[in-house]
Amino acid sequence: MPGQHSNDAGAQLLQQVEHALRSQVPLRIQGGNSKAHLGREVQGELLDTRAHRGIVTYDPTELVITARAGTPLAELNATLEAAGQMLPCEPPHSDDGATVGGMVAAGLSGPRRPWAGSVRDYVLGTRVITGHGKHLRFGGEVIKNVAGYDLSRLMAGSFGCLGLLTEVSLKVLPKPRHSLSIALEMSSEQALLKLATWGQQPISISAASHDGQRLHLRLEGGEGSVTAAHDRLGGELLGAGYWDKLNARRLAFFADPRPLWRLSLPTNTGPLSLPGEQLIDWGGAQRWLKSDADAATLRAIAGQAGGHATCYAIAEQPFQPLAAPLLRYQQSLKSQLDPQGIFNPGRMYAEI
Amino acid sequence: MNILYDERVDGVLPATNKQGLLQALLEQIPDLEILHSQEELKPYECDGLSAYRTTPMLVVLPREIEQVEKLLKICHQQRVPVVPRGAGTGLSGGALPLEKGVLLVMARFNQILDIDPAGRFARVQPGVRNLAISQAAAPYGLYYAPDPSSQIACSIGGNVAENAGGVHCLKYGLTVHNLLKVEMLTVDGERLTLGSDALDSPGFDLLALFTGSEGMLGVITEVTVKLLPKPQSAKVLLAAFDSVEKAGRAVGDIIAAGIIPGGLEMMDNLAIRAAEDFIHAGYPVDAEAILLCELDGVEADVNDDCKRVRQVLEQAGATEVRQAKDEAERVRFWAGRKNAFPAVGRLSPDYYCMDGTIPRRELPGVLRAIAELSAEYNLRVANVFHAGDGNMHPLILFDANTPGELDRAEALGGKILELCVKVGGSITGEHGVGREKINQMCAQFSSDELTLFHAVKAAFDPSGLLNPGKNIPTLHRCAEFGAMHVHMGQLPFPELERF
Repeated sequence: MPGQHSNDAGAQLLQQVEHALRSQVPLRIQGGNSKAHLGREVQGELLDTRAHRGIVTYDPTELVITARAGTPLAELNATLEAAGQMLPCEPPHSDDGATVGGMVAAGLSGPRRPWAGSVRDYVLGTRVITGHGKHLRFGGEVIKNVAGYDLSRLMAGSFGCLGLLTEVSLKVLPKPRHSLSIALEMSSEQALLKLATWGQQPISISAASHDGQRLHLRLEGGEGSVTAAHDRLGGELLGAGYWDKLNARRLAFFADPRPLWRLSLPTNTGPLSLPGEQLIDWGGAQRWLKSDADAATLRAIAGQAGGHATCYAIAEQPFQPLAAPLLRYQQSLKSQLDPQGIFNPGRMYAEI
Repeated sequence: MNILYDERVDGVLPATNKQGLLQALLEQIPDLEILHSQEELKPYECDGLSAYRTTPMLVVLPREIEQVEKLLKICHQQRVPVVPRGAGTGLSGGALPLEKGVLLVMARFNQILDIDPAGRFARVQPGVRNLAISQAAAPYGLYYAPDPSSQIACSIGGNVAENAGGVHCLKYGLTVHNLLKVEMLTVDGERLTLGSDALDSPGFDLLALFTGSEGMLGVITEVTVKLLPKPQSAKVLLAAFDSVEKAGRAVGDIIAAGIIPGGLEMMDNLAIRAAEDFIHAGYPVDAEAILLCELDGVEADVNDDCKRVRQVLEQAGATEVRQAKDEAERVRFWAGRKNAFPAVGRLSPDYYCMDGTIPRRELPGVLRAIAELSAEYNLRVANVFHAGDGNMHPLILFDANTPGELDRAEALGGKILELCVKVGGSITGEHGVGREKINQMCAQFSSDELTLFHAVKAAFDPSGLLNPGKNIPTLHRCAEFGAMHVHMGQLPFPELERF
């Protein structure tokens, strides 16, 4: 079901990669450029994926959608919405030009992530132009597939450093029949304790954030379970727009001029005293932080708690440094898949 | 073409002096249990794919991670292939030993190290049985979701290596979706941590790559899995149909109604009758197909969904729809399905279980084609199907004692898998490639794609000593295999030399 803006530019993309391989000039892969604030600066010739766009196949009863990498995420979401379905991982930024390829390459997930899974969890298949100049297909349009190594899920969150994504197949799900959001006054200590208890019970929470004063919860499921949870928890009704604002980082919290950090932590991490202003998300597993503190301090705090810290600003080292053996194997993988180092060199780490 | 390791097409393995290696292991790891006599080695000659057997050179049964570390270092120095094995229940021969290799049995690492109810995770050793995790988590109202049917015996290390599935995958995901962290040893005995206790980790997602890599990239020494709250309620509906097409369409209709069942299974008439004879589950034996649809979650939602699904099934032309009236009947309905393999086993001395996946819409055509192939090869096929996620398990009935029947069953199986690939599916949904489907990999992937898989392997194991010959065929094997399966006069891999 090709849409009106469908265009197959696969041949041109392959040509550009072949040219880069011949001329040894690396490529800076870009879709909507909505994640420019994340990752290191890349020196290279621009490769714009946006001409290669369009939904390739979508059959709602198969729960799978396949789209070219340059397809706007907003178009993908609108197509799913029209069929009453969704990408449960709620990737952020559907209205700032973000593309499907960029969404997978960055691997960022929204408020529903702890309950529904990450972008990587919904990737079923990919087409990739490799560092050997071949246009290949991995995975597919079936939900279960364990033939060969799982290169498709490896691509999620690899920031274009392992190859050029040209097409992605994603698992999708029906939207929940009911959704209702509430706010409850309580301290962050109380909120994290309660979330740990609720986490062990069958209660239909699908988003949980705390801003210092109030716990915000989204309840999703059938009418019965949502009503039951609401009756039990009470609280003041909250507009669904709250989660979109949080996901798009448009809440007042994000306007603070200090650099933005994201701390990813174990689910049961208690209250953390952090230098700066924080917003708890993912039921405690993700903490947004506005802080002037230096990277080493924040990484030590996150590492101590069993997690890691990412800086959402151009920085020499936006991502938590890797342990030496792990870095060595990541380099080894990069040099096997991209032997000439033409794909986004240095976007994640200087060594990759 | 035989699927046992063949150095002519699978690559020459380094020759090892068994006595020299044994001596080195005894000296350097004195407390390591080593099996080396023929009668001790015999029980380890196969895994769950028992039609294929190879006696390993040595079997080692370590109890400490340090022993595994040293073993890998010694084997790496001496260039000895190592085949890791968990509980040995795998159905694709992923732990099939090598005559020139050491079989590394991880089954003795069977301790649950930590159950953290507030963090909803369990940290366990690789030899812990799948079901033992859920049993240990049960007092907290939690469980580990992936439930392969071998779950009473299979180990979590093997589940990670195979990316195991089960009947609840559509709603709860595969093994890869239910992992937080894996501790592993590389081919030369270096420790690596993949993933973390947090929901994501910096760098490339090696945990995703490693899951399902069939022991080719490293040896798993510890696994941290996610735990979920047990659903408050689970109800099951049984629907009978007078044609498999109608049953297939009903599956799509349920999903179109916005319902994701916890489990959605289909059986054809031969499988229904076999299961009913064996288990007396109360299945309608005259139905051409039955669907089992389990709905789980919060009680109120489950009741709502049961009503909706019943309506959908009736509109789809079900001749009968029954809801299990109590827990005992629910368990009985499932017992029929969960024992379908042994039940079919009673109809025939041997059976061969396939594991292809297809887009669900292709089901009627694929079942028709399987029926035609069944007639052509003169072997009966019973169909059991994870209908929700498109994973088929055709069971080919044969008698290994009748000359030629195993070969015919294998050939028929190969045709079925190639059919799955042709309609856009895969040769394996949850059992893995191992050795069993090594030839069909040549049908699913091009030589360039296989070459890239070999590059991934080289990034972790450049000397190719970990589980050689599994999962990814050499291009030479594909050339040989292709030579026997010439499609439309065109040899695949024309660029390769023939020998």
